[in-house]
Amino acid sequence: MQKGVVIAGFGGQGVMLAGELLAEAGKDEEKFVTFLPSYGPEMRGGTANCDVIISDKPIASPVIGRPEAAIIMNLPSLDKFEPLMKENGLLILNKTLIPREVKRKDVRVLQIDAQTVARELGNEKVTNMILLGAYAEIEKPVKLESLKKALKHFLTGKKEKLIPINEKALEKGAEIAREFLGGK
Amino acid sequence: MGEKVLMKGAEAIAEAAIRAGCMAFFGYPITPQNETPEYFSRRMPELGRVFLQAESEVASINMVYGAACTGTRVITTSSSPGISLMQEGFSYIANSNVPCVVVNAMRGGPGLGDIAPAQADYFQATKGGGHGDYHSIVLAPHTIQETADLMFDAFDLADKYRIMVVVLVDGLMGQMMEPVEFKEWVDVSKFKTPEWATVGQGDRKERNIITSLEILPEGLEKMNLALQEKYKKIKENEVRLEEYEMDDAEYALTAFGTVARIAKTVVDMARADGIKLGLIRPITVWPFPEKEIAKRAEQVKFFFDVEMNEGQMLEDVKLAVNGKKPVHYYGRLGGVVPTAEEIYGEFKKLLGGKE
Repeated sequence: MQKGVVIAGFGGQGVMLAGELLAEAGKDEEKFVTFLPSYGPEMRGGTANCDVIISDKPIASPVIGRPEAAIIMNLPSLDKFEPLMKENGLLILNKTLIPREVKRKDVRVLQIDAQTVARELGNEKVTNMILLGAYAEIEKPVKLESLKKALKHFLTGKKEKLIPINEKALEKGAEIAREFLGGK
Repeated sequence: MGEKVLMKGAEAIAEAAIRAGCMAFFGYPITPQNETPEYFSRRMPELGRVFLQAESEVASINMVYGAACTGTRVITTSSSPGISLMQEGFSYIANSNVPCVVVNAMRGGPGLGDIAPAQADYFQATKGGGHGDYHSIVLAPHTIQETADLMFDAFDLADKYRIMVVVLVDGLMGQMMEPVEFKEWVDVSKFKTPEWATVGQGDRKERNIITSLEILPEGLEKMNLALQEKYKKIKENEVRLEEYEMDDAEYALTAFGTVARIAKTVVDMARADGIKLGLIRPITVWPFPEKEIAKRAEQVKFFFDVEMNEGQMLEDVKLAVNGKKPVHYYGRLGGVVPTAEEIYGEFKKLLGGKE
């Protein structure tokens, strides 16, 4: 088993946190893991993306050139990664900020109005977790439970109280993904 | 060994160095390894050790030189353009026979280049880089775990031979995160000041002098011969390499660092297709595993060297193979990281449909 995903969006949308959480959960499951942030010269507010690979075997390159899966949180990221996707790859989109349809016909697409869902849960900042939960449910690189457990590595001190809402968001994303899979 | 933690390579380098007993860091920031000095700046003062951000790379390496003269475990870390600025200091350190560790997280060059991962400083690291006849021991890890482990060996080798040890990584290894488990802390209270250290005459009859200057040619020749004697000993005793699927290999990839980890996947791909491909991965790129590669030249049909440069280690592979078998090369430049599929495709072109 080897699963790779690109997570992309604006700086501040929690792109890196989602990627690190996934990597941490993989590590906790004793799997081989690489997390590679994009480290271009851009400063805050620019586009950000990271590559996460989780595998049963040692990982060769941590660079994902042609993604088999991508979590896309804004329009510029869709423009950038849509052409790179592997055939039959999975695109999980934050529909709230992406007004256009996917042009390619040879990829799987799950559009989630994730920011609206997050707002309904009580905190728009958990948009990333909804999308990550959906990804984890479909591709199963790690157990949803491991993602929830890994939250405690990142939300410490004052942020500890945010763990329940993040857990809820992961679950909500997984639920949406199950509906998506069932509807096929 | 403790618990596995998920860490950036640049941070793991600092943590491992601290655990290995590094007492002083001098350096100047540069991408893609700024997390290393950042980590040192937080941890070294907590431990009562030295962190100093110098005014330049030239100042940094001369501070390292000074600290090394006292026999203290000392380090600087930088990336390609910063390492170029330090070359004069490296040469002085070599002829002064003092121990230190230098990490180079290579980025794309020449010139200011870019901040993407590259391996184009191989010549500079393994052939000296500064002026004069000298070498540093150069370690080239291919995972973050190996990098963390080799930091301990880097300090031990530096002390053992009174030499500069370079840990040669690249921007990718600096920026990516992998699970890593650190070795136990070295007990620094057991460190003794070496006999040769310039820390005051004390009870000794004569004062210690450390210098790279010898104005008489015959005297300087003697110093040079002593250096060469030391390098000979290192070549005999410290060569390290990993051979992957080489036992029955008919073809051998040669690669170091980041490319070597990608090359392992290429080997797996070839093996899945029934092609007997193996990998020779030098861990010390100086001293270079000449004998081991020469031995494999009897066995394989050809070598295929892959690097993120224009073919620098390629020259050492060719010298070792010494014309016995063809040595092919493929590489990407300027910070582009090749994929396993791409390398395997190039390899199959070399087979020319024979398999």
